[in-house]
Amino acid sequence: MSQAGREYRGRPEPDNAMAVTQSDIADHKSQLVRDLQSILPAESVLHRTEDLAPFECDGLSAYRQLPMIVVLPDTIDQVQAIMQLCSSAGVPVVARGAGTGLSGGALPLDNGVLLSLARFNQILDIDADNRCARLQPGVRNLAISEAAAPYGLYYAPDPSSQIACSIGGNVAENSGGVHCLKYGLTVHNLLELKVVTVDGDLLTIGNRALDAPGYDFLALMTGSEGMLGVIVEVTVKLLPSPESARVILAAFDDVERAGEAVAAIIGAGIIPAGLEMMDGPAIRAVEDFVHAGYPTDAAAILLCEVDGTEAEVAEHIEAVTAVVEREGATDVRVSRDDAERALFWSGRKAAFPAMGRIAPDYYCMDGTIPRRHLARVLKGIYALSEEYGQGVANVFHAGDGNLHPLILYDANNPGELERTEAYGGKILELCLEVGGTITGEHGVGVEKIGHMCLQFNDAERDQFHAIKAAFDPHALLNPGKAVPTLNRCAEFGAMHVHNGELPHPELERL
Amino acid sequence: MTGTEDLISALRERVAAANERSTPLAIRGGGTKAFLGHPVDGAFLDVSALTGIVDYQPGELVVTARAGTRLAELETVLAEQGQMLSFEPPHFGADATLGGTIAAGLSGPRRPWGGAARDLVLGTRVINGRGELLHFGGDVMKNVAGYDVSRLMAGAHGTLGVLVSVSLKVLPRPAAETTLVQQLDATTAINRMNELAGKPWPLSGAYWEAGELYLRLSGAERAVDAARDAIGGDVDNDPDRWARIRELQTPLTAGAEPLWRLSVPPAAPLADLPGDWALDWGGAQRWLVTSADANDIRTAAERTGGHATLFRGDGDARFHPLPEAMQKLHQRVRKSMDPAGILNPGRLYAEL
Repeated sequence: MSQAGREYRGRPEPDNAMAVTQSDIADHKSQLVRDLQSILPAESVLHRTEDLAPFECDGLSAYRQLPMIVVLPDTIDQVQAIMQLCSSAGVPVVARGAGTGLSGGALPLDNGVLLSLARFNQILDIDADNRCARLQPGVRNLAISEAAAPYGLYYAPDPSSQIACSIGGNVAENSGGVHCLKYGLTVHNLLELKVVTVDGDLLTIGNRALDAPGYDFLALMTGSEGMLGVIVEVTVKLLPSPESARVILAAFDDVERAGEAVAAIIGAGIIPAGLEMMDGPAIRAVEDFVHAGYPTDAAAILLCEVDGTEAEVAEHIEAVTAVVEREGATDVRVSRDDAERALFWSGRKAAFPAMGRIAPDYYCMDGTIPRRHLARVLKGIYALSEEYGQGVANVFHAGDGNLHPLILYDANNPGELERTEAYGGKILELCLEVGGTITGEHGVGVEKIGHMCLQFNDAERDQFHAIKAAFDPHALLNPGKAVPTLNRCAEFGAMHVHNGELPHPELERL
Repeated sequence: MTGTEDLISALRERVAAANERSTPLAIRGGGTKAFLGHPVDGAFLDVSALTGIVDYQPGELVVTARAGTRLAELETVLAEQGQMLSFEPPHFGADATLGGTIAAGLSGPRRPWGGAARDLVLGTRVINGRGELLHFGGDVMKNVAGYDVSRLMAGAHGTLGVLVSVSLKVLPRPAAETTLVQQLDATTAINRMNELAGKPWPLSGAYWEAGELYLRLSGAERAVDAARDAIGGDVDNDPDRWARIRELQTPLTAGAEPLWRLSVPPAAPLADLPGDWALDWGGAQRWLVTSADANDIRTAAERTGGHATLFRGDGDARFHPLPEAMQKLHQRVRKSMDPAGILNPGRLYAEL
């Protein structure tokens, strides 16, 4: 994804109307490298193409761009100095955690500095009495629960990339996971952030109490995709590990019926710890891959985990079993022990890699819908699959209506990636049609920036830009992501002519 | 519907006109939380007529209602479907509205387990200081499109926009509930509450006042029974116990004296301040009736990693002062939503 056309504030002003020459750019870059090397050890400033290559993309690998420079600071002081330098030089900065994001939020800029927080990987403090953990942003999600386990505590949000993704990135994207319905998203499990502003100031947002004075900037920062500040420390809440957890696996011969069973479970007054659904193509792909024992003839399966005290789990298992049987499940199994629970989950957790067995590439979508429209949206997804000639397998966080259609394609076949992206775009529009959103947990990044024009009107997007400007007046933090400009929407709108009327007729089109 | 649209248009016009002339507006719903924060010197902008539940889908666990909807009415409708607002908001009067509840950002005794007001907010429609009607978030559980402006509205006391409607996540009412009472001093109670909260007990309230610790258990019947037997203590049969705690109608909190609220890490030791304490939220929210100086109270709260609010009473500064850099950021964010500073100016902070 080229950032061509973006204003490059860092480049020297040309003396005349001639374009900036390559040598001007090279001079600018080498000056910046020298300045950064005065802040950081030389080996922490990467600027040769071969050193930059590992940073050219995040988890959305269809988009690639070499950064101008990569910096790898070790201390908050260094981050502050880097931001002061880049801010006064007008150089854009993209912060990066583990690089597992799926919307291109950490996609570098060719004229920008990529600020990697990979070295901030220490767990600073586990406060068992107050049930919280103070972390550097590069700490892996799963490492938090591992460190808290000796105290009988854990960190609840568990995105599927939890062995690799970092807490700083989780905050930037407001990551979810399979346990959100009961335990919330990242935003519900945070207490305090330390943030370096675009000017290099260090702010503390929130505290270790359950609320803080003034505006709820903790909520605003969470999911802001690196647009408002650089997260350099995170304090999260820890919860007591449940005494017991069991999973019910229920198979259905009809997707609609599975959807109704989800509503019936919640209607019975039970909030499961996890409530996941997979459709037939997904079931068969993962069964081939991990042999979890899934019924491969089913049209859909539900995985419903209940947790709590032994007594609570026993009561809820009975209730959920009765509900899914009443809703016409063709096969119902209850995990007998933790090994079987892990086996039931293994298929769901392997859903993404399993796609690699049935197609060379897959494109993971992420929309949320009101759950009652599940069957309608799913039918739409299947119909679009026929129309675009691309296969699809579906995994859902069914409890909270968060869909992850996985579109199958082969990037080596000319036109397939483009067709896949167009198909994905149609799925997002379908989500909006039923009152949903274009992203439940993966973020907008560069991937869905066009679709932001459909979800929000001009005034709403202007309000977002105004909030961004309150934190970052010169738009140096991750520019070009998350919120599209009016022009960007005009370009996007040109592809979505409705009833022969162009959106934004007030804009000139060349 | 047309009536509602006319009302919204009229509100927008008034805000736009006030913006043009830079004349302040004092937003008013039921007026039950007017005692919080500083009085606003401005013309009333009455939103109490903007009532009604727009959409309620019990199966989706989502309700959307207009800002002037009475909180009591909303809770009754949810209760009919066996659901509730899990943040257990205080009303402070029969006229409490949904908009005022969210704007004040207050949560009741269930807060450490059921979430805060802001945690349950999924989406809002707001009129910003320019008179524009904007929709943020939505009515689905997970939504990361755009900045989370909806949650920013919670606790902003109307200074970032006039709430028009709010979508909230709702939860099933627990199948069973019981309250235990134990006799303990404050320090022992803090230890006890945190020890219990660190274990997977089905707690939904932990409150101490005058030597008595009240522990509420909620959840599946067998879970509540098992926890009751294991935790011990007498069963408290007062059906209004938690409503009085929530509404600040206990012997300590109901008085006419100034009431301080300290929000601190739950296990923080009791601050060395004169006066009488009540401890809610498992120790994380502490009420204090005291003769101590405001600065001493704030310093004590800060020392433990928290903050202090003069919740009821007269004082120059009700809310905990912000560090300078944060104060400036607050001003810039406020300006981004309300450029002329006409919405409830000074209600939170004199400079805001």
